[in-house]
Amino acid sequence: MSIDTDSAPRPLRTGRPIRVWMRQTGWRHLVGAVIVVFSIFPLVYVFSASLNPGGTLITANSLFRNMSLDSYVELFDRPQQPYAAWFGNTLFIGLTSSAGSVLLGALAAYAFSRMRFTGRRVGLITLLLVQMFPQLLAMVAIFLLMLSIGEIFPAIGVNSQMGLILVYLGGALGVNTYLMYGFFNTIPQSIDEAARIDGAGHARIFFTIILPLVSPILAVVALLSFIATTNDFVVASVLLIDPDKQTLAVGLYQFISQETSQNWSIFAAGAVLAAIIPVALFLALQKYIIGGLTAGSVK
Amino acid sequence: MTTTSPAPEKSPAAAEHPRGRRPPGRRHRQAERLAEAASVGWKLLVVKILILGALNAVAVYAALVLFASDQPLVGGAVVVAGILISWIYFRRGGLPAKYLLPGVAFLLIFQIFMVLYSGYVAFTNYGTGHNSDKDDAVHAIMLQNQERVPDSPTYSLAVAERFGELSFVVTDPAGDVFIGSAEQPLEQVDGAVVDAGRVVDVPGHDVLDFAEVLQRQGEITQLAVPFSEDPNAGMLRTQDAQSAYLYTSRYVYDAEADTMTNSDTGTVYADAGEGAFSSPQGEELMPGWRIHVGLDNFVRAATEPTIRGPLLSVTIWTFAFAFLSVATTFVLGLFLAIVFNDARMRSRKYYRLIMILPYAFPGFLSALVWAGMLNQEFGFVNNVIFGGAQIPWLTDALLAKVSILLVNLWLGFPYMFLVCTGALQAIPDELTEAAQMDGARPFQAFRMIKLPLLLVSLAPLLISAFAFNFNNLTLVYMLTGGGPRDLDAGINVGATDILITLVYKVAFVGADRDYGLASAFAIIIFLLVGTVSVIAFRQTKSLEELN
Repeated sequence: MSIDTDSAPRPLRTGRPIRVWMRQTGWRHLVGAVIVVFSIFPLVYVFSASLNPGGTLITANSLFRNMSLDSYVELFDRPQQPYAAWFGNTLFIGLTSSAGSVLLGALAAYAFSRMRFTGRRVGLITLLLVQMFPQLLAMVAIFLLMLSIGEIFPAIGVNSQMGLILVYLGGALGVNTYLMYGFFNTIPQSIDEAARIDGAGHARIFFTIILPLVSPILAVVALLSFIATTNDFVVASVLLIDPDKQTLAVGLYQFISQETSQNWSIFAAGAVLAAIIPVALFLALQKYIIGGLTAGSVK
Repeated sequence: MTTTSPAPEKSPAAAEHPRGRRPPGRRHRQAERLAEAASVGWKLLVVKILILGALNAVAVYAALVLFASDQPLVGGAVVVAGILISWIYFRRGGLPAKYLLPGVAFLLIFQIFMVLYSGYVAFTNYGTGHNSDKDDAVHAIMLQNQERVPDSPTYSLAVAERFGELSFVVTDPAGDVFIGSAEQPLEQVDGAVVDAGRVVDVPGHDVLDFAEVLQRQGEITQLAVPFSEDPNAGMLRTQDAQSAYLYTSRYVYDAEADTMTNSDTGTVYADAGEGAFSSPQGEELMPGWRIHVGLDNFVRAATEPTIRGPLLSVTIWTFAFAFLSVATTFVLGLFLAIVFNDARMRSRKYYRLIMILPYAFPGFLSALVWAGMLNQEFGFVNNVIFGGAQIPWLTDALLAKVSILLVNLWLGFPYMFLVCTGALQAIPDELTEAAQMDGARPFQAFRMIKLPLLLVSLAPLLISAFAFNFNNLTLVYMLTGGGPRDLDAGINVGATDILITLVYKVAFVGADRDYGLASAFAIIIFLLVGTVSVIAFRQTKSLEELN
């Protein structure tokens, strides 16, 4: 790698000669600079595009030359593309299904971690195997089943957010239970026993003693499933038909596929707003998430 | 899954216990049960009873509705499930079942049943034109080809409603009153109040007034009420919600011979077992109905040249895409992990923070943003970086593939960077130092010592990343839509389509939806991913044994 000594910051305090510094850590900063530009550039671009008043794709290329919040205002003023409704739906569906997933997963993890019963091993292995067939592959079946459920119970069939949440809860066990199961095992069993001697029943132990102790993993699982559901395009696009009921992933995709370059800055404003919550959550909880990632989940 | 109460006397169960709790004796268990009974607070009990009561109420309601709509099998299943749930929660013991049931119930219905149902659909011709059963198809064909019977009598009409469903109440020229709906052929009613030749009140129904009729005009003009059980007898329809006329279909259904005859041309369409009525010339009447077609969908996928060719190239690209996605992101992630895994380097924290931004940014948005940036005419990449060159990033078959890999690299390298950093830090530095003492150069030491160790610990993650990218619909569908489209193919398929986007497009995009074929593709994907994963896991096991 060729080295331009002038552009690198001089390591004054270390007292190392520049050559040595360059060989040891300087080039690392060069790599870092390149990768930082690569990582952040599309984000800067979309942010700049969102500030461009009335911008199309072509005007978005002049970064930060015109700035106004017009696109953000216009975003909420389009009856054909009810962005506010999409945003609310995404939050509602994401929060409900992640809360449900955490509850279902924690109940199962408690059973697997604290109780010994026949079929326990088989159950754990089955959970692993079922995940090999992702819900995505069953999208046709999901749609058809929800279609026929909808004929009899419209409240949970196709075009119902409740139905979508139920489908998401179908995947609540699986990875979640594994992550939680491992964490539950780290809580000493003597705590349960002490509580039992004091006269607490299993339900009270679970809700008032175990759940608070495992709250870090509950937060991670909640976040991971919130991100997974808010990022889901397939099942949501298949099940939610009315524009008012759709989520951001479905709505923004249709928005951009219909009027690709005309309303680019409005789309960009929508994207920036949609990204704020997940990115903020991610950055705030990154320490825990990275732990969860290495335990086997993928974006 | 069996869920009996703990059986601690059995030695395997006791041996399995990680914390070595001694198996409790009978008195111990009795004491536990007493303590438990005493400790269940009345509040919890009330909540439990309320929840179970609500669940059972829903189950009873659902069962009633299901039985009423001719679904005795599903209705029975609901009843059995309701009883099972109550039994599990009201009996003593069986504690694991109480905790596992909620999650397992959802898993059974929305995942395992869905898989089985996919398998079922793959063996049918379910799709556009084959949505329903044969009776519905007969009904629909006759409905679509109706003509008003010349010189038919005029029926004076009122529109009535019950439970949101509309009915026609008609007075025939003889003065008798009949009522019927789309589902229910005309039948005579007694007790209707007739005023000036028009019905104004029918027992059990609300007769719509003028304003309501105007409001539901669309529905009313769509409504066709069968004249009798015999579909050939025709239907009553109205244009103005005042008077109804008899319409009959151009097609006459012969239930005995199971044929449709076009009364204009005289062509006879027969059921040849293909799920539709077809003429001797092979012309089919649509809609048809759903039938089992056995392995037809799989055979079509394997033999029909306009499907087989694209399917093969899509499969090859899917493997290439999944493999290259993992390889490129892993190489870049590992490289960065090594670069930044040096304690002498300052500000590593900030680099890391910025590098994980692409990973934190919602995936579907990234794909859409990149699609804009790579736009051939107006995109940032061509317009600014390449100074106005019109490089067809997303519309040329080869470049579109490169673009997808590039965007996926952007999306995926932070994940690999994070897991590689974690794995690197778990390997003790002494190993490398020892190798360097023995005269190995730094890169040699890395390749021979750290890399194999890393691969062993990261192999499961790499496999699941492979499986994930194998089904990475969002990226491909949102970036290129699978295009550029292959115009020679018999299905809607393009150069960058992977198998899962193919399934999505065959089932849900465009006017012709073929759920059966799509499900067959899904089964094929499942078998492919499953096989690859099993082989890969075996391989990594052997890797582990080597070390």
